[in-house]
This record gives sequence, C-alpha cells and structure tokens, in this order.
Amino acid sequence: MSHENVNPVPLQRKYFTPGVIVLVIIALNGLVFLMGRFFFGLGAVTNLNNQYPWGLWIGVDVAAGVALAAGGFTTAALGHVMHREEYHAIVRPALLTAMLGYTFVAMGVFVDIGRWYFIWHPLIMWNGSSALFEVGICVMIYMTVLYIEFLPVVAERFIGKVHLPGFLSGLNKVVDKILRLIDTGLAKTMFIFIIAGVVLSTLHQSSLGTLMVIAGPKMHPLWQTPILPLLFLLSAISVGFPMVIFESLIASRSLGLKPEMHILSKLGSMIAPLLGVYLAFKLGDMFIRETFVYLKEVNTESVMFTIELLFGVIIPLRMFLSPKVLKSPLFLFIASALVVFGVLLNRINNFVVAYTPPYSTQSYFPSFGEISVTIGFAAILILVYRFIVLNFPVISLPGEQTAQPTKYTIKGAKK
Amino acid sequence: MSGKSRRDFLKTSALVGAGVAGFSSAVQAAPKNILSEDRMGVLVDTTVCVGCRNCEWACRNAHGLEAGNVESYEDRTILKTKRRPDIKSLTVVNEYPAGKNAALPVDVKVQCMHCDHPACVSACIVGAFSKEENGTVIWDTDKCIGCRYCMAACPFQVPAFEYNKAINPLIMKCDFCFNRTKEGKLPACVSICPVEALTYGVRSDLVKIARDRIRRNPERYVDHIFGEYEVGGTSWMYLSNKDFSELDFPKLKTNPAPGVSESIQHGIFAYFVPPVSLYALLGGIMWITKHRKEIEEEENV
Repeated sequence: MSHENVNPVPLQRKYFTPGVIVLVIIALNGLVFLMGRFFFGLGAVTNLNNQYPWGLWIGVDVAAGVALAAGGFTTAALGHVMHREEYHAIVRPALLTAMLGYTFVAMGVFVDIGRWYFIWHPLIMWNGSSALFEVGICVMIYMTVLYIEFLPVVAERFIGKVHLPGFLSGLNKVVDKILRLIDTGLAKTMFIFIIAGVVLSTLHQSSLGTLMVIAGPKMHPLWQTPILPLLFLLSAISVGFPMVIFESLIASRSLGLKPEMHILSKLGSMIAPLLGVYLAFKLGDMFIRETFVYLKEVNTESVMFTIELLFGVIIPLRMFLSPKVLKSPLFLFIASALVVFGVLLNRINNFVVAYTPPYSTQSYFPSFGEISVTIGFAAILILVYRFIVLNFPVISLPGEQTAQPTKYTIKGAKK
Repeated sequence: MSGKSRRDFLKTSALVGAGVAGFSSAVQAAPKNILSEDRMGVLVDTTVCVGCRNCEWACRNAHGLEAGNVESYEDRTILKTKRRPDIKSLTVVNEYPAGKNAALPVDVKVQCMHCDHPACVSACIVGAFSKEENGTVIWDTDKCIGCRYCMAACPFQVPAFEYNKAINPLIMKCDFCFNRTKEGKLPACVSICPVEALTYGVRSDLVKIARDRIRRNPERYVDHIFGEYEVGGTSWMYLSNKDFSELDFPKLKTNPAPGVSESIQHGIFAYFVPPVSLYALLGGIMWITKHRKEIEEEENV
C-alpha cells in the first residue's frame, strides 16, 4: 500500500500578503456592524421586520453555511467509512473547513437570535416537534464531533514539541502525556465519532429543509414542497465534493502548491451522478406538483429559480460528465464553483426569495450592515483557515509519509 | 466477571440511570398543547363593528402599553391605512368599503387567532409557546431565545418582535388576556366593545351562534365563518358581509397550521429507529470495506 499522497505538514509561508490584508479590512468592517447589532439591537443593523423575520444571516450564514460545510461528512464517508484511502489527502482539509464552517454557522445563529445569551436554552428546553430544535441540537453535537475529529491533528502537531513559556514549562511533560493519551485513545474510538458525524449530518442537513415547510403558503410554490428535507439532503451531498475541489484549488493557488489533480479529477467524476439524482428529484417534484406554470410569468421568483437550476445544477452536471473538464484545473474549478453557487443560491431562495408574507408592504433586501457582517465572517473564516494550515499538519505535500492515514478503523477488524 | 466488579457495574448503571431520569424530569420534552372541548373563543361580527377602536385602547391598557386618552381614538383618519398588530398595539382595526346590502364600511379587528393547532407552538425551538386549556396561545418570555421562527411559521403573520432593543427583546402578540380570563374577567377588548361586535364564549357554542345568525339573516352575511375550519380551526372566528379575501384574510386550507412538518419530523425520529439504523448500516459498511482491504492485502503479500 502506498501513502505517498498523505503527508500533511504545517506549511512554511508568510501569514500576511496583500490579499490577507484586504481580508482583514473586510473582517474589521463586519465587526464594526456587529458591534452595532449588539449595542443597539437587530433593527439598527438589519432590514428585518415583522414581515420578514429571517433574512441574509439565516439564509447565508446559517443555511448555506451548513450546506457548504457538507464536504466534511461526504469525504469522511468516502475516506473512512468506505475506506477509499486514495482520498485521505483531502480528508483533513475538508474536516478543517467543516469545523470552521460550523463554528461560523454557530456564530451566525448567535448574532441573529435576539436573546443571544439564551443560546444554550435548547439544551434543556426541548420541543420534539420543532425542526429548528432538531437542527440546533444536531449542529451542536456535530460541531463537538468535528472538534474531536480534529484533535489528533493538534496532538500530532505538539506531541514531543510541547514548549510552554516561563513558569508553565514545568507542565511540559504532563501536557505531552495528556496529548499522547488523547491521541491513542482517539485512535481506538475515532470510528464511533466518524460514523456519528455522518449520521448527524444527514439528520440536520435534511431537517434544515423541514424548517420552511411550516411556513406553508407563505413560501412560493416553486420551492414549497413536502420533500424539501430530501432536496436539502441531496443538494448537500452533491455540493460536498465540489466544495472540496473549489477550496483545494483556491488553497493550492494561494499557497503556491501544485493542484492535486490526480485526486480532484477522480473526486470530480463522482459529482455528476450525485447532481443527477438531485436534479431528478427537483424536476420530478416540479412536474408532480405542476409548479412549472409559475415559470411562465417573469418575476423575481421565476428568474431566481431558473438561474438556480440552470447555472447551479444543469450546466455543471453537463460539465462534470466531460473528461476534458475533469482533467483541466480551470474547468474543474468553474464547474465546482457553479455547484457551490447553485446551492448557495438555493438556500437564499428557500429562506429569503421564496418567503412572501401575506401582509407585505415592502420587499426585503439585506442592508449594508447585514452584508458587511456576512462577508466579514467569511473573511475571518479564511483568515483562521490560513493560520491553521500554516501552523498545523492539514495540507498534504507529496513526499515522505508522516501521518498514519488509516488509523481510524472499526474495532474488530484485525490490524 | 467477579462479584465485586459486577456490583460496581450495577452501581454505576444505577447512577447513570438515576442521572438520566433526573435529567429527563428536569427537561420538558414537549410544550403544553391542549385541545379542550370547552376551549373559549371570540366571535367577531364585522357587520356590527363600528370601528371605534376602543378595543385598541383597552388592549394597550390591559397590557401596560402606552395607550393615550380614549378620545384620541375617535380620529378616523388612521383607518385609511391598513395596519398590522405590532409591538405597540397587539390588536388593530382596519376599515374596508361596504359589502353586500350594507351602507356602512366594514371594520375588521385583527389580533392573534389563537389557532386550535398553532404553528408557533409546533415551531418554537424551546417550546416557549403553549396552547392552554381555555384555548389561549401564550408564550413563556423567560424561555424565548429570540430566534423568530414563530414569526416565520405563523400563517396569519401575527407575532411581532422588538427589533430595536439590544437586551431582552420580546416577542409580542395578543395573549387573549390570559391573566384576566384566569380571574373570571372578560378579555379587555370584549369587555369594552360598545356595540357587542365581540362575543366571548365556548368555541363550540360560538360556531352554533354564528351558524344561527347566518341562517336567520342570509341577506346580511356571506355563508362562511372564517376560522371555523381554516388551518384546522381558530379560537377567534369572523362573520362578514363580503368575501373574506376582500378583507385581507389570507386564503388558507383546512389542514392544521403545522402542516406536514410535524409528520416529517416524527417520521425521521420514530423512536430513533432511522438514525440508529443508519448508524448500524454505516458501521457495517466500514467494517466490511476494512475487512475486504485486509484480505486483498494478504493476497498481495
């Protein structure tokens, strides 16, 4: 067995580049508006009102954030559950983006809810019939699972290299011992968390779709369907690999690495069938409920629906079927970016565009403050990602193997 | 297993069991959602209402909101704009052009409908909403996290939120004067109404009264009690002399407001069978693929 692909190392790069400084400015701008929200209330920063209780933050930061972090559970299922070891090089970067993605989803929820200091209430105040309750609980547990899955990376970085400053240096040996204990303990039990992660993801990815079912006739019929949970799950599964490809190609470009085309092309070849299944259900639903009649009139809803389906699903589906696209980093990037865009737009459509309150006097468009916070969060996420890949063994370089790639195996299978 | 370790095991399990039991009694798994036979309701006869807006004044007074003096409500220019209940007024009256066989305009009082199957009770993430035995839909402000899912769920667009408060913003809506009815008093709006446009009573009786009025005055009413069947029935019901869609009532079907969302939710979590099965299935696949890989490797050696 060869593991030449799996060699995660902290990358030796300077942290600050002109691009990074631009991101810092975008992040600071977002933080300014965030302070406005915490000092003066939601109304001071957002365009939300009694007609439109949910806007950009729920649509993008939360709903799209969860969907675009699907790379974590899809690659875990592929690499660890199905034991496709050739993909192990991308599991860690995907895990990192999922972990950061969910962290920012939690932060998105935190800033959007009016009484943020009660965010822990769902832990002890339950409502089994609420889809939002299920999403909340699953996201909380899954985020914990993601952090546990990432612990071995931290352990690997510091084992044998614990150098605490000053008077804490006496604890060096103890900390080292704890890290080793965590590492060996997790190596034996990690399969429990990996499977739990996949199960939790399928649960809350679909329940995120159930959320808007209760809005009933307030949601445009092009999107309102009882199979919303299934559509959300299928679209999350089909956006997982495109998101991994999208991030991997951006990361190798920005970090000056050779794109890992041998893995990404193979990953790309699996996307078309997944997108195909999603498209089949989406079109099937449209024909069974005969909602295509709404496409005859030209309005925001019909235009957005068409863009979502055409550019987000049909065109990339056709592209992923072409061997030429799979071999070219540029075309692979475009096709993946289109799927990512499609799912992002789908979540915005479901939560914002499709929502038509019965007594609406004006339509909702996010305020400058809302947009600032959303892109500010995205910028901070990228900055943290960059910090972690420069300091922890996440991204693999071709060369000597340093990590044990298949240590998360199910108990009972002989070593 | 030696006797001692077995005893330890039993002790630990008992402790864990007690812990779980204590925990589950501390948490409430589902909000109160009672559909009593004797639930109360209000019948609003829009053909009787004169649009004096005294109910708005009484409601504000009863809920500690700024009400002003009652004379200021005689100004009818405000009826020119269509208003919705909000954080300053939990009920409002809107005016519409006259309907069939009538000379006077139609005035419609708007407030929470207190659904029989409330979407807000089903949706609330912390189960803060409850449907009480007397039909009232109220909510526990101490539980609320301000997520505003109740607002997204409500088919009548009723709950309002204090967007401009940084600390302790509240969800606000009509609470059917729960604190007054508990003491045997009438809801503030019902008790002040000078023309008896509002009838407070057991919901099933109100349906009979409404049917009776329609039967005896077919030229006065359209043959429709809004709220009798809409979204599975509401505690507040309306009579009118014109089609309810012309009075800005939403067009709603008769299935309960939470719709299929509860069935989906309970289907996915039926006794935790689906998630546990999925877990077992993935575990099985993981074991098999690992096993197969090992056999391949052994053959290759």
